[in-house]
Amino acid sequence: MYGSGIIKGLRVTFRHFVETYIDDIRWLGKRYYNDEAFKARQGPKATGIFTVQYPEEKLIIPEEFRFIPFLIYEETEDGDRLDRCTSCGICAKVCPPQCIWIVRSNDPDTGRPIPSPTEFFIDIDICMNCGLCAEYCPFDAIKMDHDFELATYNRLDNHILNKEKLSRPEAYYASIRPQNYKLEQEARAAKEAAKAERKAKKTLEA
Amino acid sequence: MAENADLGEAQEQAEDQIVEKFKGVVSPDDRQGYEGYLVQAEHLIDFAEKIKDDLGYDYLSSVTGVDYLPDEMMEVVYHTYQSTGGPALVFKVQVPRDNPEVPSLVSVYPGADFQEREAWDLLGIRFLDHPNLQRILLWEGFEGHPLRKDWQETFFEEETKPFKNRWPEGQVYRIEDNVPLGKNVTFPEGFNAEQWTPEADKLIYAGTAKFSETSGSNGRNLETDYVVVNLGPQHPSTHGVFRMVATLDGESIVDLQPVVGYLHRNHEKIGERNTYIMNMPYTDRLDYICSMSNNFGYALAVEKLMGIKPPERTEYIRVMMAELTRVVNHLWAIGFLLNDLGAFFTPALYAINERELVLDVFEAVAGSRMMCNYLRFGGVARDLPEGVLEIIDELVNERLPRRVEELEVYLSDNEIVRARGIGVGVLSAEDAIAYTTGGPILRASGVPYDVRRADPYSIYDRLDFDVAVRYNGDVYDRYLIRIDEIWESIKILKQVVRDIPEGEIQTGKSQYQVRVPAGEAYGRVENPKGELGFYVVSDGKPNPWRYHIRAPSFINLTALEKMCKGQKIADAVAILGSIDIVLGETDR
Ligand code: SF4
Ligand code: SF4
Repeated sequence: MYGSGIIKGLRVTFRHFVETYIDDIRWLGKRYYNDEAFKARQGPKATGIFTVQYPEEKLIIPEEFRFIPFLIYEETEDGDRLDRCTSCGICAKVCPPQCIWIVRSNDPDTGRPIPSPTEFFIDIDICMNCGLCAEYCPFDAIKMDHDFELATYNRLDNHILNKEKLSRPEAYYASIRPQNYKLEQEARAAKEAAKAERKAKKTLEA
Repeated sequence: MAENADLGEAQEQAEDQIVEKFKGVVSPDDRQGYEGYLVQAEHLIDFAEKIKDDLGYDYLSSVTGVDYLPDEMMEVVYHTYQSTGGPALVFKVQVPRDNPEVPSLVSVYPGADFQEREAWDLLGIRFLDHPNLQRILLWEGFEGHPLRKDWQETFFEEETKPFKNRWPEGQVYRIEDNVPLGKNVTFPEGFNAEQWTPEADKLIYAGTAKFSETSGSNGRNLETDYVVVNLGPQHPSTHGVFRMVATLDGESIVDLQPVVGYLHRNHEKIGERNTYIMNMPYTDRLDYICSMSNNFGYALAVEKLMGIKPPERTEYIRVMMAELTRVVNHLWAIGFLLNDLGAFFTPALYAINERELVLDVFEAVAGSRMMCNYLRFGGVARDLPEGVLEIIDELVNERLPRRVEELEVYLSDNEIVRARGIGVGVLSAEDAIAYTTGGPILRASGVPYDVRRADPYSIYDRLDFDVAVRYNGDVYDRYLIRIDEIWESIKILKQVVRDIPEGEIQTGKSQYQVRVPAGEAYGRVENPKGELGFYVVSDGKPNPWRYHIRAPSFINLTALEKMCKGQKIADAVAILGSIDIVLGETDR
């Protein structure tokens, strides 16, 4: 029959329309602004309309999500900041759009380079969020952030981040990427242990 | 093993045959790491005709040039295939750099048209007897040919990355301050932008010339004018900044010229400045709907050069991601084809709904929904995080089949889709091959050519799937073939999810600075939009000497004029939609 194809199509549209209401009823008015319902709505079992009520609701972002790098510092017992970065320059060398600038200084007494970078800049207008810096940093010192709400009023003044603005405490990293953090801590501990063992052996031999 | 030896022998025999057959004209290319033959320029057309007619190499996949500056030589590289499948026949023509002239192959392979224009535009290689040798990606007032090695870009402080002033004495500055707007282009001497009319446009508009035969094509004794209609570059139906200049007789199209290049950023020059690993995220930005499979093609090319292979688990992950990408791309293509047909946004939204779920998977795995940057040479960036495999399982076994079926129910029999699609924009099988179309366009015209089967890579030779094919070559078949291909992808995905082994994900250590031996490699994958090829030449340094992309969206457009001629103007939009282009890749 002519027109049957169109009727079939409308039936599908109508079903989608109804499904949203059924979903509403299932959650008894808690379809929105409710973490649990939201999780279901974001997954492959979702039915009906997918709309996210941004900014009241935000998509749950997975751990691996990456947006603009930050630098990690550790805090010593007396509150000093200890940069993990050793100014090795690998991130600056791998960065595809070349938006990382690192200033390394030498110790005036010995003339040897100081590990902690004197300055560290990232031009976030140019950063393409590729994550290569975080991937290849041998000291786990630079990691990708989760914060994507970075709009500012003035592009010219605010978008070259310096070390001060880039630095975040270790705890922050642990909070946004718990799995990775755990794995890295374990790997570090294993490395330390191996090192200590080697040292012990050496002294024993001596 | 024995089979391999046989294969190698057979290939060697075939090689001897070619050298024998074209004695004195053709010699094997025996530079270290290179393959194929060198053909003398004056015998090129003859050679091409013979390999096409006698040996069946009827599919000219890629044409590009390489500037060998130290040798004062330009080389044009051709990759041909048999449309029945099998490995490539590569041949090259070397010409002096100060006067690079090569006979055009458009008369033998019409599909060479745009690719030769591109090589002229970017490298300044003149193709003799080309029907329309004009710039294609750059604008006509541009000075020089940017892919030549001695062409300097104003914007960058150094020839190759990494730049020295980034570390250890980072002198930070805003790139824009260095090269302010207006100072970042150079014009030819005496050039006045205000008074300049582009040559190409003049020619296009010359088509409006009065049409005054006594019996015009309208069959009546009326004097009629041709009308030129510009569709785009800012037109909602052109899927981006793309322009079609159609010359109309009434409502019928007598001529149609695609105009591209509005999104050109000289991706290849950027790629030659980058180190190998840096190019990976840049490939995401080609066909930005399919970043995973773009990565795949590039990784294959570089891995071929490096002589490494990824571990088994990684092969499965790669195929999984590539096929999910195909599903996503075809859903998107169908949704927007329907948009172009007038079903405004409901089908597109339903298609995007499912796409979202796959993008969630990409985000969990790669960290980004669209710019995945997931593959590495000899591996992938990271293993699948916990729980992702279950989601993919649920998707391919439950959700996607249900939804694709629904799509079929409400679209395939729809009277409007059929009326607007059947018999519109027909491309015959012969033309589809001759114009080097790829992917769904080729297969909807009745040519069952799929790189995954014809020249298998990764683990595709071990997977069970069919090459979808349809025979009418019209818009409706190009719609149906995409549904067929989604079904085949789901079939592949089911096997991959079932069989994925545990194990390593990286061969050797993933390094930020890879050692790539000198030589050339062509990595090709069956991208959702057609064959995507990466031609990479290495000279052993950290940056590729040449980095060329055979972009399916770009080359498929070669056949657009053919498909549109004689059709109604309203159908041009549908035909373009059925080709499914992405401008990020077309313009590069
Ligand atoms: S962030 Fe990492 S890679 Fe970059 S300089 Fe510091 S230690 Fe090296
Ligand atoms: S994320 Fe990529 S572009 Fe951004 S700073 Fe890191 S390496 Fe550079």
